[in-house]
Amino acid sequence: MTDTPPTTDVSEPTRLKRSVFQTLELDTRLLGMIGAFLIIALAFNILTDGRFLTPRNIFNLTIQTVSVAIMATGMVFIIVTRHIDLSVGAVLAVTSATMAMVQTAVLPDWLGIPLGSPLIAPIAIASGIVVGLAIGALHGWLVGYLTIPAFIVTLGGYLVWRNVGWYLTKGQTIGPLDENFQIFGGINGTLGETWSWVVGVIAVAFVLWAMVQARRSRIAHGFPAKPLWAEFVIGGIAAVSILGFVAILNAYDIPTIKLKRLFEARGEVMPEGYTAGYGLPISVFVLILIAVIMTVIAKRTRLGRYIFATGGNPEAAELAGINTRFLTVKVFMIMGVLAAISAVVASSRQTFHSNDIGTLDELRVIAAAVIGGTALSGGLGTIHGAILGALIMQSLQSGMAMVGVDAPFQNIVVGLVLVIAVLIDTIYRKRTGG
Amino acid sequence: MLDTATERSAPPLCELRDMQKAFGGIRAVDHVSIDLYPGEVHGVLGHNGAGKSVLMKMLSGAYQRDGGQIFVNGEEAEINSPRDARKYNIETIYQTLALADNLDAAANLFLGRELVTRTGMLNDPLMEAETRKIMARLNPNFRRYHTPVAGLSGGQRQSVAIARAVYFNAKILIMDEPTAALGVQETQMVAELIQELKRQGIGIFLIDHDIHAVKQLCDRASVMKNGKLVGTVKVDEVTEDDLLGMIILGKKPGEAAA
Ligand SMILES: Nc1ncnc2c1ncn2[C@@H]1O[C@H](COP(=O)(O)OP(=O)(O)O)[C@@H](O)[C@H]1O
Ligand SMILES: [Mg+2]
Repeated sequence: MTDTPPTTDVSEPTRLKRSVFQTLELDTRLLGMIGAFLIIALAFNILTDGRFLTPRNIFNLTIQTVSVAIMATGMVFIIVTRHIDLSVGAVLAVTSATMAMVQTAVLPDWLGIPLGSPLIAPIAIASGIVVGLAIGALHGWLVGYLTIPAFIVTLGGYLVWRNVGWYLTKGQTIGPLDENFQIFGGINGTLGETWSWVVGVIAVAFVLWAMVQARRSRIAHGFPAKPLWAEFVIGGIAAVSILGFVAILNAYDIPTIKLKRLFEARGEVMPEGYTAGYGLPISVFVLILIAVIMTVIAKRTRLGRYIFATGGNPEAAELAGINTRFLTVKVFMIMGVLAAISAVVASSRQTFHSNDIGTLDELRVIAAAVIGGTALSGGLGTIHGAILGALIMQSLQSGMAMVGVDAPFQNIVVGLVLVIAVLIDTIYRKRTGG
Repeated sequence: MLDTATERSAPPLCELRDMQKAFGGIRAVDHVSIDLYPGEVHGVLGHNGAGKSVLMKMLSGAYQRDGGQIFVNGEEAEINSPRDARKYNIETIYQTLALADNLDAAANLFLGRELVTRTGMLNDPLMEAETRKIMARLNPNFRRYHTPVAGLSGGQRQSVAIARAVYFNAKILIMDEPTAALGVQETQMVAELIQELKRQGIGIFLIDHDIHAVKQLCDRASVMKNGKLVGTVKVDEVTEDDLLGMIILGKKPGEAAA
């Protein structure tokens, strides 16, 4: 089994050009997406006379992105295994309705737990997650074991679940939601400056530790490792990005009136000239945790390996002894749980449950995953790509709103971007052969 | 050839008895019996669609048989899934290679049998190290450990599929047209590998279209036609023309053509 020497496939000039990126072992697709995002952000910043890249707008952008981004991470697994989920917006609505009813009716009226009790939020969230999990399991069973196409199962789910939610709430808007529940809504729950720095520093430490571990294990097995300078460059960029992000969120000050009220509530008087930043929103913190967990599942666990193997070649996966039917159930269960978590974020952001919550989210979520490099043909996709995809979509939408573009035209642009992003991706894959 | 292959005192390493499989109205495998001894290479010949792959897939657990029995070391084996087959140290190089094109060589080699760390996480560096070891033996020029196998040449892909079968200490090895995608030199390497595995006492079912290669590599050959077994012969006792006759006419040598 000899091969022709592999020197002929890359011509010299292209090799030299690529060598810096190759040494850094950076994902060129990811770099392209980050580049596109930066161009969009800078363009809007110019068009809005600097209003787009203010701490306040960046803060708002992140909390607006969270709900779609959380679901997009689950949609990656769904699409990677060659399925689709058109029901996520509807599942978000029914889990939101469930949680709203549990906290406003079931717990206080039926079980006698008083409104405002610290038990309300955790029980409500748990019930929403259980419902999401069960719906996901049902979808997965219909797709995996009864072999009904996912498109049909979830199209049915799209029609069913939002309206089940309607019956749960008798079509009413339910609110205000529990105070503790509302901390997941964004502006109503932030870590404050100190804790945001703590989280930032821990995140940096974690990234650097992971890099050291990876390098150690490569060297221990005698594999070629990146040169040290490359490691330092990447580690430095990661640290600056994380801490910079925290600094921006901390720079968004809580309005003085609100601060005064906070002090009064504690029976104190606010010192003159006192300021405090919002810091990291808890919803964004939840998204980061989910991103880490989903990335670990994708890259470091058997489950993730099997998800990608099944997407790449379902027959090969089965011949390797992988139970692809049960795998389908698991993937849809993950999606259901993530839709429920998104429901917590979305309903607490608007402080009440409404029947139209999550409308059109299925399309935003699929678009985010696809813009983020997930291939509908299966087997390819990343968690960070999907989150970046969600961020790009939200930036376009908010940016255009700030510039004053008509709502119909906003949708036209987002639609075009989706198609163009996939076109670029297709061309990129043909060029790089994978 | 080896006397293990000809002497019949010990039970066969593997025996397929009266195997049947139909797809709709097509009898892909129709009451076929065939066996394999340690250190033997048993060729399986026949036209396209004769039922060779289906017969082998019942042994590897990829297809569930409609009827028949499988014996391993003289004892009846329950093989209904690829996992079952692996328990009996039956490894298969499928005609399609059965590789996940989006994964790299190591991920494919260990697919379904990943090595994990103490915390249960995938141990990719260890898997890569093991892959490098076995590839150094099978295909010393192989370098592309971080490329999805879709980007590899036909020969490289084939060597990944072969490495997967060889790595896990196969006792029974099924090779379904292992040289179909290979050039002359690579085919020669596979032939040498088969000789080496044979010396280690592994039994090999070899599906191949090249009668010349079958004559050289195999101890016995079975010919299939339209799902039925035409016959099993010792390759030393027949000519290439005899084998060709069996494949084309469906008659054992000496039998009168109908
Ligand atoms: N999964 C399947 N579904 C339906 N028919 C099949 C399937 N697999 C094989 N067959 C049929 O069974 C017969 C034997 O095929 P096969 O064993 O692949 O032939 P070969 O001897 O060329 O390997 C053929 O007629 C083929 O079309
Ligand atoms: Mg075949």
